[in-house]
Amino acid sequence: MKIAVASGKGGTGKTFVATNLFNVLSGRGERVTLVDCDADAPDDLLFFPAEKISETEVTHQVPVINKDACTWCGRCSNWCNYNAIFYVPTAKVIEVIENLCHGCGACSFACNSDAITEKPVVLGTVTSFRTDRGYPLVEARLRVNEMSPVRVIKAAIKEAGEDGVVILDSPPGTSCPFIQTVDRADYVLLVTEPTPFGLSDLRQSVETLRTMNKQCGVIINRADIGDSGVKNYLREEQIPLLGVINYGTDIARSYSEGRLITEESEIMTGFFAGIADKIISEHGTGSN
Amino acid sequence: MELAVISGKGGTGKSSVTAAFATLGEKLVVADCDVDAANLYLLFNPEHDTEQVYIGGHKAVVDHSLCTVCGICESYCRFDAIREVEGKIIISETSCDGCFFCSRICPTDAITMVRSDKSRMYSGTFRNGMMVYGRLAPGEENSGKLVSMVRDEAKRVAAEKGMSTILLDGPPGIGCPVISTVTGVDRIVIVTEPTMSGLADLKRVHEVACKFTSEVGVIINKADLNEAMADRIDGWCTAQGSAILGRLPFDRRVTEAMVAGKSITEMHPDTEISKTITDIWNKLLTDGKE
Repeated sequence: MKIAVASGKGGTGKTFVATNLFNVLSGRGERVTLVDCDADAPDDLLFFPAEKISETEVTHQVPVINKDACTWCGRCSNWCNYNAIFYVPTAKVIEVIENLCHGCGACSFACNSDAITEKPVVLGTVTSFRTDRGYPLVEARLRVNEMSPVRVIKAAIKEAGEDGVVILDSPPGTSCPFIQTVDRADYVLLVTEPTPFGLSDLRQSVETLRTMNKQCGVIINRADIGDSGVKNYLREEQIPLLGVINYGTDIARSYSEGRLITEESEIMTGFFAGIADKIISEHGTGSN
Repeated sequence: MELAVISGKGGTGKSSVTAAFATLGEKLVVADCDVDAANLYLLFNPEHDTEQVYIGGHKAVVDHSLCTVCGICESYCRFDAIREVEGKIIISETSCDGCFFCSRICPTDAITMVRSDKSRMYSGTFRNGMMVYGRLAPGEENSGKLVSMVRDEAKRVAAEKGMSTILLDGPPGIGCPVISTVTGVDRIVIVTEPTMSGLADLKRVHEVACKFTSEVGVIINKADLNEAMADRIDGWCTAQGSAILGRLPFDRRVTEAMVAGKSITEMHPDTEISKTITDIWNKLLTDGKE
């Protein structure tokens, strides 16, 4: 089964939860894969000694226009919905603005004079690692200065396959990168904090997940710093509260140094094991 | 001066720092460019003067009474959005990129493009000036375009009200909405935290920031959680030629202020964190006017 660990707001502890869940399950010898889908800011690898197995570049096809063959009909520019073809026929100017191109291929189809060929542009990489315990970790990494991580995220989830439990560490927000990640999940574990900002973003995440018919549950992190707004909301909306984690300098310090709290605290190991067991027993597909 | 606050990693305290800057005295225009997860309005309760619809993009929709299931659309779609399921063409709303290609090549004109019009942009007044913010409807694309719209409105409002400072609260990450937030700004402030993840994400967002301006400064928030890591970040920034604007201590009162609907500098002006933020802001304003 695939479990997405997500949150609307950034910095609530998604990576903290995803890496520790993975650590607890792999420590018990279960079949588990961790996929870092936060391609803008991938950090999961910092927490595991791991060996690189393979790396694939994720590309999309952008047009290359041969001006000598161009008949200046303007169809490519008309068909492009992203304003990525700058076209001034009177001045015989036609340029591709690669940063705006989404690689849909409409322009090369539209061209009547075979003036458009395509070339691949690298958007990011999908890298497979094996942790020191022998478990797979797949990382989606957006190339700096590229615009959209969506294709990279999709490729990483595909690379991870379907074996056992697959944990997807999601990007923040509720727009396309988030949707692409949770779309493939059987269950979404939302990590929030009990503040007005946390609640506002949690509400938006829950509403989005409901339109997608996704099951979800919530962990409240740094539960002792804030107000009761999140708990009241969960009660009103009948959303399962799977656990609360209070703020602790030991947790903050271990995370800051790239360590896993489940390697250091038996209580936290039990906490994450309990959450994993609950999700898998209640929402697991059974086939694994 | 237009100044953007960004972070790479989420949750480092961008909005809390922005909220403090925005309430320190000089009247200004504050624009929330984190259109995915806009939060500043919760502290500022702006009175809306205007609300505008933002057309985020389009989604392809099939009319099954016209569709002959020829499969041309499926074979040309590069976003894996179209599938034939049990003799029917199904277009996934979540995967559709809104490129119009399928609607243009369908031989029976069975595909229409429907506008996504649920996103909004608001502008109005708050207690220390003007506020503009966007709210992207869940799952919508082209957040960068909404950010541009928010920034254009902020500039218009600033000119109208004669305010010289525009403060942008940016989104996390390094992709499209971040690039839209920092393109053409005068100054960029990156808020980071003293963790391995904070540093890794800082390096990536710093590379993006430096493409747009040489005026990039860094604030290390919650610096006392790990002073050694803060020193490492400090050293890295110095080597890059970017100034450390200041180190802020971890202080639960920042959250208490948020719960009370205030910035830390409004609620507890005499704390160490408030004083440091005030010094940073005054310096940014002075440097910006030079």
